[in-house]
Amino acid sequence: MSHPIYIALIPLIPLACFLVLGLFGRKYFTNSAGIIGTLGLLTSTLISLSTAYEYFFVSGKVNGVFQKIEVAKFTWLQFSPGVSIDLGILIDPITVMMLVVVSFVSLMVHLFSLGYMKGETRFATYYAFLGLFTFSMLGLVLSSNIFQIYLFWELVGVSSFLLIGFYFEKPSAVAASKKAFIVTRFADLGFLIGILVLSFYSHTLDFGVLIERLTTAGSPYLTAINAASFLGVSGLTWGLLLVFMGGAGKSAMFPLHIWLPDAMEGPTPVSALIHAATMVVAGVFLVARLFPVFALSDPAALNVVMYTGAFSAFFAAVIACTQTDIKRVLAYSTMSQIGYMMFALGVSKYNGEDGLGYMGSMFHLFTHAFFKSLLFLGAGAVIHMVHSNEMKDMGGLRKLMPITHISFLIACLAIAGIPPFSGFFSKEEILMASFESNKLVYAVALLTSGLTAFYMFRLYYSIFWSKPADTHHGHHGEGTWSMKIPLILLAILAVVAGFVPIASWVTADGNAIHSSVPITFSILPVSLAIAGILLATRLFKTANELPQRIAIQMGGIYKAASRKFYIDEVYLFVTKKILFNLIGRPAAWFDKNIVDGFMNLLAKLTANLSELIKGFQSGKVQDYALYFFGGIAGLIIAFIYLWK
Amino acid sequence: MNLTLFLLFPLFTALAILFAQNLKQIRSIALAGSLLQLGLAVKLLLAFNAERAAGNPAQMLFEYVQDWYAPLHLQYHIGVDGISIAMILLTSFIVVAGILVSWSMETLSKEFFFLLILLSLGAYGFFISLDIFTMFFFLEVAVIPKFLLIGIWGSGKKEYSAMKLALMLMGGSALIMVGIFGIYFSSHTTSGAHTFDILLLSKMDIPLATQKIFFPFAFIGFGIFTAIFPFHTWVPDGHASAPTAASMFLAGISMKLGGYGCLRVATFLMPGAAHEYSWLIILLATIAIIYGAFATMMQTDLKYINAYSSVSHCGFVLLGIGMLTQTSITGAVMQMVSHGLMTALFFAAIGMIYSRTHTRMVAQLGGLLKIMPFISTVFVIAGLSSLGLPGFSGFVSEMTIFMGSWQNPENMSRLATILACASIVVTAVYILRAAGKTIMGPITNSHFEHLTDASWNEKFAAVVLISGILIVGMAPFLLIDLIQPGTQIIINKLGVAIH
Repeated sequence: MSHPIYIALIPLIPLACFLVLGLFGRKYFTNSAGIIGTLGLLTSTLISLSTAYEYFFVSGKVNGVFQKIEVAKFTWLQFSPGVSIDLGILIDPITVMMLVVVSFVSLMVHLFSLGYMKGETRFATYYAFLGLFTFSMLGLVLSSNIFQIYLFWELVGVSSFLLIGFYFEKPSAVAASKKAFIVTRFADLGFLIGILVLSFYSHTLDFGVLIERLTTAGSPYLTAINAASFLGVSGLTWGLLLVFMGGAGKSAMFPLHIWLPDAMEGPTPVSALIHAATMVVAGVFLVARLFPVFALSDPAALNVVMYTGAFSAFFAAVIACTQTDIKRVLAYSTMSQIGYMMFALGVSKYNGEDGLGYMGSMFHLFTHAFFKSLLFLGAGAVIHMVHSNEMKDMGGLRKLMPITHISFLIACLAIAGIPPFSGFFSKEEILMASFESNKLVYAVALLTSGLTAFYMFRLYYSIFWSKPADTHHGHHGEGTWSMKIPLILLAILAVVAGFVPIASWVTADGNAIHSSVPITFSILPVSLAIAGILLATRLFKTANELPQRIAIQMGGIYKAASRKFYIDEVYLFVTKKILFNLIGRPAAWFDKNIVDGFMNLLAKLTANLSELIKGFQSGKVQDYALYFFGGIAGLIIAFIYLWK
Repeated sequence: MNLTLFLLFPLFTALAILFAQNLKQIRSIALAGSLLQLGLAVKLLLAFNAERAAGNPAQMLFEYVQDWYAPLHLQYHIGVDGISIAMILLTSFIVVAGILVSWSMETLSKEFFFLLILLSLGAYGFFISLDIFTMFFFLEVAVIPKFLLIGIWGSGKKEYSAMKLALMLMGGSALIMVGIFGIYFSSHTTSGAHTFDILLLSKMDIPLATQKIFFPFAFIGFGIFTAIFPFHTWVPDGHASAPTAASMFLAGISMKLGGYGCLRVATFLMPGAAHEYSWLIILLATIAIIYGAFATMMQTDLKYINAYSSVSHCGFVLLGIGMLTQTSITGAVMQMVSHGLMTALFFAAIGMIYSRTHTRMVAQLGGLLKIMPFISTVFVIAGLSSLGLPGFSGFVSEMTIFMGSWQNPENMSRLATILACASIVVTAVYILRAAGKTIMGPITNSHFEHLTDASWNEKFAAVVLISGILIVGMAPFLLIDLIQPGTQIIINKLGVAIH
């Protein structure tokens, strides 16, 4: 069995693209940067596909179980014996699946951007950043060490910062990029401390060893970490929840989601890459990576994952119904779908058929990547044409952009969960798993899936129907072929991805899952989805007064949802009022006036003292003679009186 | 390898500068001299690694002893281990970069470069000394030029800042002096005489009661050099008034003298007291980290931002030392190297911006990325390094400190570690605020549009520092392998002190 080291080339090629384009792009590759980046990614994608083929069909399975294989390992930073950051490559089903997803979607985005970003002055820089991001993300999924994942996690964060803030002259883009970085970094603080906790008790940072030590019943490591408790919660739960906090930040789970909608300030293809298919699922990936520990040793932590996911899924879906910026609708829909993946992990168990939720989660991650990046790229094509993100500037575009229209429709059907589109299959597995495990979560999921169908078709009708086509005179066409080809390819995948046998490939314990969802089970969710679509058709297919009236009738609730439930305001209050005004300002004041004031006072006192006594050194002999004899007189007096 | 060369090279460079005719000659000599120093430092590293590879187990290599004043047993005793080599390399990088950014120093150029070289001489002497008295001597050699550099070539309220810096550092020196005399008079060699020799001292046990008296003097004294709270207020004013190269030297070299002294003199020679006062060091360090970070957030002048962030980052050094685990102390040394490089880079970038726009106020700057892409990129790299991005040096050193600090199982240490970790979020806030406003955003001032990007010497300086940052950040194992044997010895001594 051989997994040659060329797997390392998958992330290294984008890195090389970043270095070449970043250092020399501005000068030498102003026009060819796109081609270079795209070809590089094509190579990476091909290697990923061949790795996937090799793993799933040839060598990954030993005795019917998919193995975790450590291909390479190199000690990069040794903290203490046994505890080190190793740069390694770990191959297992989720890694292989992610490699394919990340490299493929990135390739599509590279291709799409050839047309979309054409004529940008910083075209080469854009491709350099795309390369950096892709490198970091691929490095993240290949990581074999929890600190290695943190390392790439931070790199992903900064490359996303660079891409969101790509239009750096726009203050809103700068603000959004800062917000994204700082919010996720706050979450990463939890991740970091979680690593400290887990590694302190397990004496390792290596995933394989860590998972083994923390899942073997009766192992001294597991006993120790469970015995350690803080505020009545065990060390293991703390560690896992803190790590999950990092995951929740990147995956935009409530209440750490606030950066995601703003991040839409970045170029739209970037959103398709980062905010649909790759970075935002990093949190899901992280939980999946540590899933054995969650599932086998700490169901309490897994419950938190479940409820966070379920709440986020519903919460985001409600907000998505009210947004008018098409990218923000997609952003909230992403948050909602990732909520699905999270709670699917939360309801899952580890072994065999009970691992349905895990499998469903990964399945949904897989299908969602294609249809959501398709939606973003479609939105990009629309924005490219009408030069606006607002629904009110759109409408009636179906004739003008036939390819975008059809592919967008396919993606909407897929996300709504209409058979036989891909989203249907993955969603069914998740619903089945939650039905078996937790009825409340099932109900929330069901409701959310109806809402999803509703707001997606609201979006669809507002863009492509609603108004007559002739409102868009004078705009250029649908875009170049480099923009259309990714749409077509992703549309095909959005249809067929549901037929990929993820159930027999990507499972928690490596064993295939054979159970299938009975058709009777599907009736309820599908009819809910159809109801959502019908409602959207009634309200938004042709422009009418009804949506407006309903919004007014709903009053406060609608307003709160459209204002995103004021979470941003809460954050603003905490940062501006508390961090800046209550801590930062007093700290600066204290330093200037008290600490430094004390030092200055000391200096001043010394100066005054010397001023006071410097009169003694007058340089006049008479004065000195006076002091001299005065001194002698004093001494004599002292002598007489004190000498007893 | 003759370590005395580290004194002779700067000495001859400084002398040659005195005989130079004009700015062109002066700076060429200074640059050549600094490059020679860099070459020498690299050669030292290679020679050291070769010796170690050949199996030389001595605590210090390339030792040389010469009696200086026999009646008091003052010796010129020099030698290096991995920790000192790391510091020497850091110094040589910064000297090269500092000279390059001062390329067009027109006023009193002879004196300016002379003082820069003299300062480097003091630093090298300090790092190679194995005799505390000699060490102290070189420490003072490094203080005086700073006073003059700020007082003469500075800007703003330079007299005040120069005086403040000199007085506070002199105050620190006075404390150090008390501390080292305390050590000296409680030492007893086999012949019954007192000694300043670090190697001899490290083999003795100074009574705990004596240690407890003199440790605070030595530690706080050296601590003042590395901005220990609440004696850090010379840092912001000093940096803000100093010319660019002096800021770089101050942050990159001078503040490291303090950290090195805290480790090599206070902690190593008085390990019992280090355990006793560990809680206090951790407390002061944590205050410096958090409070420095929050104070940074409110600053409006780029130099003040970097100066306060230095207070916060040097807090990490003290935290690492105070935690007393091998990993944390290794991290502290790494943080010294890392902070030296990245702060110097930051000051260099600020200096480049200031010399063009004539302002350092964040509010007046904006959109520089469009006008001067190279300088802006340098600024961003320095910022990202400062906020601990992987790939740059800040990440590896901070993570090593965090990992090491967590190994200290006291509840208070845990809390301190969590707070220190939290400071990296605040760091992200102030770095991104500064970068977001000055580098990104719209161009605020139309006069800026015609400004030029970096010149060759500025580019050269930036590349030197960035390559240092990248080497540490990408290949931390090189640095770890270098310093770990050194920290091991300190840890062994600390371990003995417990029992």
